[in-house]
Amino acid sequence: MDFLISHTHISPFYLITAGFLIGILGGFFGVGGSFIAGPALFAVGVPMNFVVGTDLAHIVGKSIVAAKKHRALGNVDLKLGFIMVTGTIAGVEVGAQGIERLKHLGQASVDKVVGITFVIVLVSISGFVAWESWQTLKMQRKRGGKPKKSSSRNAADKGDESAFAHIAKRIHSIKIPPMIKLRASGIKEISLWAILAVSFVGGIFSGFLGGGAGYIRMPSMVYLLGVPTHVAVGTDLFEVVISASYGTFSHALKGNVDIMIALVMHTGAAIGAQLGAASTQYFHGPKIRLAFVPLPLIGAAIVIYGLLSGKNMK
Amino acid sequence: MEEKPKSALKTFLIELLVYAALVFFYVLLVIRLLGNWLYGLFEHSKIHYAIAALLLIVGQGIALEMLTTLLLKLVRLRTH
Repeated sequence: MDFLISHTHISPFYLITAGFLIGILGGFFGVGGSFIAGPALFAVGVPMNFVVGTDLAHIVGKSIVAAKKHRALGNVDLKLGFIMVTGTIAGVEVGAQGIERLKHLGQASVDKVVGITFVIVLVSISGFVAWESWQTLKMQRKRGGKPKKSSSRNAADKGDESAFAHIAKRIHSIKIPPMIKLRASGIKEISLWAILAVSFVGGIFSGFLGGGAGYIRMPSMVYLLGVPTHVAVGTDLFEVVISASYGTFSHALKGNVDIMIALVMHTGAAIGAQLGAASTQYFHGPKIRLAFVPLPLIGAAIVIYGLLSGKNMK
Repeated sequence: MEEKPKSALKTFLIELLVYAALVFFYVLLVIRLLGNWLYGLFEHSKIHYAIAALLLIVGQGIALEMLTTLLLKLVRLRTH
């Protein structure tokens, strides 16, 4: 199938299958799935600036499905989500401007800089989450205590804990007004600025590397803000719907979105997202995070292949 | 105990088949027809293209969510 806007030729079956798999992963881990979707598009010859914009568009459609499912499961902290949107949108604009600057240096520069940054970010996240989840599971085993089964509808009470809880506690103790309470996340008091800083950084990654940057924001919410994993998953998806919509519009104005590719890919993602979101009920926090580890590495491997070979995988 | 996962899998496979058939026709007809119109918008007016792009993906998101929910309900009704 020819995609006139990005001047590419891609099989719709490839896009639907990739969308389906990304949908499952996204629904389960609360990330947009851009660490897989981006490399999957790049691998079939989509130019990197179109990868960034198109991926954001596909994420909008998919996250609506998953966020609705998570809301029904009680995993969305609306107050936190709305605050994070503000920081994310500012960050997305900064990231998108970075892409514009790079475009002046030529397409090869965009591909190289975005590709290398992507690989560094993905490998770092994967390594950190693996180490942290392993520490948490070891801590639970030492105590001899089994984690609670995640059958409760209160997401903050789903047997979740982190070996890095002390970092979140330290951030909670920063008293820069205004201080707010996040009941759905079980947080008694946190500075508004801490939430805005985390979402702003996530937004920069989103605008520069594409996707919703859930691979940064979801772990940041858990480790830095102290949000339970299930709530982080649901809230991130809710926030992604709004921030990725803004990102899609901004990139479309700059000519970086092939909406046809996004529409085809999303048809597979819609059903995958429902499946993934429903599966989170059967796992507890550290295990969800540990299962997350290989995914960024797969994405990194695909980008490295694309950068080294300089050709697509069709 | 084993009956429950079996029936859930059967439900899911039926839903997947119906969904796949619907998506196949949707991609063939609707998206192919939209292609040239969207390309024209992209070439001539980025602002209209950006609005259309956002409306299409949000609309498709909501429509497919409704379709999958409806399919799940129908298939569950039949298997029970």
